[in-house]
Amino acid sequence: MKTESKLEKVLAAGHLAVTSECGPPRGCMPDKVREKGKYLEGVVDAINVTDNQTAMVRMSSLAASAILRQEGLNPLLQVVSRDRNRLAMQADIIGAYSLGIDTMLCLSGDHTKFGDHPMAANVHDIDSIQMIQMVKRMRDEGLFQGGAELKNPPKMFIGAAANPFADPFELRVLRLAKKIAAGADFIQTQCIFNVDKFEKWMEGVRSMGLHKKCYILAGITPIKSVGAARYMKNKVPGMDVPQEIVDRMAAQPKEKQPEEGITICIETIERLKKIEGVAGFHIMAIDWEEKVKEIVERAGLLPRPVV
Amino acid sequence: MITAERKPLEELIEYIRPYRRILLVGCNECVTVCAAGGRKEVGLLASGLQMALLKAGASIEVREHTLERQCDPEYVEELVPMLDGVDAVMSMACGCGVQEVARRFKNKPVYPALNTKFMGASERQGVWAERCMGCGNCLLGETGGICPIARCAKQLMNGPCGGSTNGHCEIGDDVDCAWALIWERLKELGQQDRYVEIAPAKDWRAGKGAGPRKIIREDLAE
Repeated sequence: MKTESKLEKVLAAGHLAVTSECGPPRGCMPDKVREKGKYLEGVVDAINVTDNQTAMVRMSSLAASAILRQEGLNPLLQVVSRDRNRLAMQADIIGAYSLGIDTMLCLSGDHTKFGDHPMAANVHDIDSIQMIQMVKRMRDEGLFQGGAELKNPPKMFIGAAANPFADPFELRVLRLAKKIAAGADFIQTQCIFNVDKFEKWMEGVRSMGLHKKCYILAGITPIKSVGAARYMKNKVPGMDVPQEIVDRMAAQPKEKQPEEGITICIETIERLKKIEGVAGFHIMAIDWEEKVKEIVERAGLLPRPVV
Repeated sequence: MITAERKPLEELIEYIRPYRRILLVGCNECVTVCAAGGRKEVGLLASGLQMALLKAGASIEVREHTLERQCDPEYVEELVPMLDGVDAVMSMACGCGVQEVARRFKNKPVYPALNTKFMGASERQGVWAERCMGCGNCLLGETGGICPIARCAKQLMNGPCGGSTNGHCEIGDDVDCAWALIWERLKELGQQDRYVEIAPAKDWRAGKGAGPRKIIREDLAE
């Protein structure tokens, strides 16, 4: 074991892990974080706390993670390279670990163009792969990125993202290999709607033996309505929502669409469970945290293992 | 080359409104090539300014001159005899030229007529695109001759983000994904191995990180 992370313990014991996410509020509302956390208590092994997701300013992922930690939950700190340089990131990582946060996810982040501060500078001092290298070096060598010694290093369980649905497809496995070579311990993928394409990506992953070097958590998102399905299909870069999913949602009356979305989600998890190399699930129920328990339960993933 | 675009006429008029006589100075280098501040553009802007002020019931005398190179003190010196009786200078060079004129003539206000944009190349007639950010430590040899720092919206140094779609960047279909271009090129060259190597965190000191930069060539410096 590299860390004390609950997520690492669950994965190392061979259980299918379950993570979910909590988007911090756009205002000083700590109770909102607690409320979202409550829905996930006992339901997941770690709770991703997003970092200014979609480039919109929110409560910092560090602060929201600390609140969840105070509640006895296991936050997973997301850090994007868009908003901070390497000094700020390392400071936050030390701070996070000092507050009991031992699991993190290294990301580039959505471009500022998509958010509410399109006029802001994009920092990108280092990229997500270089961030992974930096955190690993902090943890394993006790050294800052600049080379100086770091006292009592943060023992972070290091995560990274992978999007099997972006282009060029042939680079997608190689990019994962780079993230693992840099030091990623686990991966959370983009939301999977096109299971066939995901299977094809996993074939590539297995052919390089990458599933043995790192835990891959498959990304799942329940769709609330046919409108949401169309939006993700047409408007979100790097999302692959097959037409048949849109049609299935459209075939239901409006009030039955949320239920259909959850059903699609459960079916997807069942298919993914059969794919060699899938080590768990990352359920991204955007502003729908209250449904995560039902999904995890219906997917046969409750109760969560005690490790 | 350095590319630039002319500022809106209204903004330029606000600069020169208090004056009766100005000198409008073009540059024969990059801004001539990108049709923003060469001799031709100097002529057009001079009459544009005069007409606009005339319509507003005011008037201004605009002297015109285009220097061989406005970022070079040797050529800037040419302006000395033209400044007599001139209230202000408006420069149609890039930011380097504007500053060189301002440095030389301390008692004359100098105004920029252009917005300096980027170091780029001409993609086709009338279209210029960014190619270089002047990071000071060129990595084009590793990336198939395509710069991810200048051409990836997130300046990713290790491959395309999850927003790359059909060769386009997530910020818009009119922007190429630099890493899609790099990958195609590496394949053509049989250099796919270069992609697998991790590019380490960049030392920005060679770029803007260490503050304003200077090149001193001992063999040439006087």
